[in-house]
Amino acid sequence: MTGDVAVLGVGMHEWGKWGDNFSTYSVEAALMALDDAGVEWPEIQFVAGGETVRNGYPGYVAAATLSQALGWNGARVASCYAACASGATALEAARTRILAGLCDVALVVGGDTTPKGFLAPTGGERWDDPDWLRFRLVGATNPTYFALYARRRMDLYGATDAQFAQVKVKNSRHGLSNPNARYRKEVTVEEVLASPMVADPLHLLEICATSDGAAAVVLCSMEFAKKRSGARSPVRIRAISTVTPRFPNTVIEMPNFSTDSCATVGEPAFSFRDSIAIGAYEEAGADPVDLDLAEVYDLSSALELDWYENIGLCAPGEAEKLLADGTTTIGGRVPVNPSGGLACFGEAVPAQALAQVCEVTWQLQGRAEGRQVEGAKLGLTVNQGLFGHGSAVLLAR
Amino acid sequence: MSSIAPDASVGGERAPHVAPMPVAAIEGWFTLDPERPALLGTRCRQCGTVFFPRAEGFCRNPECRGREFEETELSRHGTVWSYTDAQYRPPPPYVAAEPFEPFAIAAVELDEEAMVVLGQVAKGFGVSDLSVGCRVELVLEPLYEVEGVPHLIWRWRPDRREPG
Repeated sequence: MTGDVAVLGVGMHEWGKWGDNFSTYSVEAALMALDDAGVEWPEIQFVAGGETVRNGYPGYVAAATLSQALGWNGARVASCYAACASGATALEAARTRILAGLCDVALVVGGDTTPKGFLAPTGGERWDDPDWLRFRLVGATNPTYFALYARRRMDLYGATDAQFAQVKVKNSRHGLSNPNARYRKEVTVEEVLASPMVADPLHLLEICATSDGAAAVVLCSMEFAKKRSGARSPVRIRAISTVTPRFPNTVIEMPNFSTDSCATVGEPAFSFRDSIAIGAYEEAGADPVDLDLAEVYDLSSALELDWYENIGLCAPGEAEKLLADGTTTIGGRVPVNPSGGLACFGEAVPAQALAQVCEVTWQLQGRAEGRQVEGAKLGLTVNQGLFGHGSAVLLAR
Repeated sequence: MSSIAPDASVGGERAPHVAPMPVAAIEGWFTLDPERPALLGTRCRQCGTVFFPRAEGFCRNPECRGREFEETELSRHGTVWSYTDAQYRPPPPYVAAEPFEPFAIAAVELDEEAMVVLGQVAKGFGVSDLSVGCRVELVLEPLYEVEGVPHLIWRWRPDRREPG
């Protein structure tokens, strides 16, 4: 049985597209989280940072970059990269250190500045890098993979483009009053379907944009939280899942050209994407029926529906029904992406998994103004980073 | 077929057009057999698992410690696992023709190897020609040219003779 750690404070710099240095966003998010926690920067004993790979050396050493920007305080640091899952990996580094008794209070931060358009691989000629080769040989962008999953839902389950668009409509309503969301505008199914087709069957408004932004979490031991959290009861992290796939991985994933063959070794009991949330449920002894809300990684409208099934909200092929009957809308049994999700934020890669944790924390504390899931006690975040990174965090109050 | 006049270069006339030999866009990933091209993978000599793109050095089956591999040609036929298209020009290093023409992409489950392989769909075919489960065959087509030399890539061509 794993022990819990406490989320003492959270903070975010709003998402947008300004092109400033990523570190400036991280500093703002970190200061907000420290204020929220009532902790002074010099007290922080460990800093974990989600790396950004598009901002040069300072991005690779994100935890040190932030520490220097706030004024060196001697804290130990770790910078983590796991693509979209980087924030969870950083959070796990901090949690592990706290649970091991090596520190009491840690700061976890992720921030990014992103280029316009499709995320492209690093430059140069890199004939042994699958991420470079998938662009070179197939022209397979990130939306290519999202669209493959979307089309499969249509052909297998009879999902329609109007149902996919409805996910965007729902999330655009959820995010309307979220001060950290980049897109705060309600859209209709018609507007979604009238936006340009990018990768059939996905339209421009169904595909996550790339954004600037930063998120930060102050994490501490339960003992430290007792002394410091004052009147507000802290949110507990009950589990973090940073699982990788099991061989053979039979679902094609970014940036790969192929799946593993399952001709000699049979398929594992669960797909990789299923195993991500299962890892969190098992660690906490929790069950998906107990969830009050979830923040899932809607890189595309259709992908949100896949996640309903992957995190155990329903059986394969039934996600469209949950969407249609309002189960996953605020006010329903288990609202999904009450923050507005990536549909309203766009993606700031190393910050995104932490932004999910910030949102669930606010929800569990009743601080999600204008988008509150009433009475929420248990929330899950889930995402997946390319090159085989799972990310799920289970939070409770 | 290009016919070449034997005396075309005589008398100061322009040299005849000789179609340059196409090359593979990437070495060692597929054969250049003009009739029956095939993807090239490797097979672990110990556990028999097939890998594409080729695995070498150490077997990726975690229960196997195999270090020896043999090259193997993969199934040239398969069924579509899913498909999409690219309506916008992919960023470099993709080399796009001018003007950019949208193209379709399919993920195909190979008949023998029980693995899914991504690839562009053959020229002239789009998403309306595809469905999950439809049959396709591997072909080679030019991906781009460098100084007039076509660089070939594998593509999936829908088999229209079978119902989708």
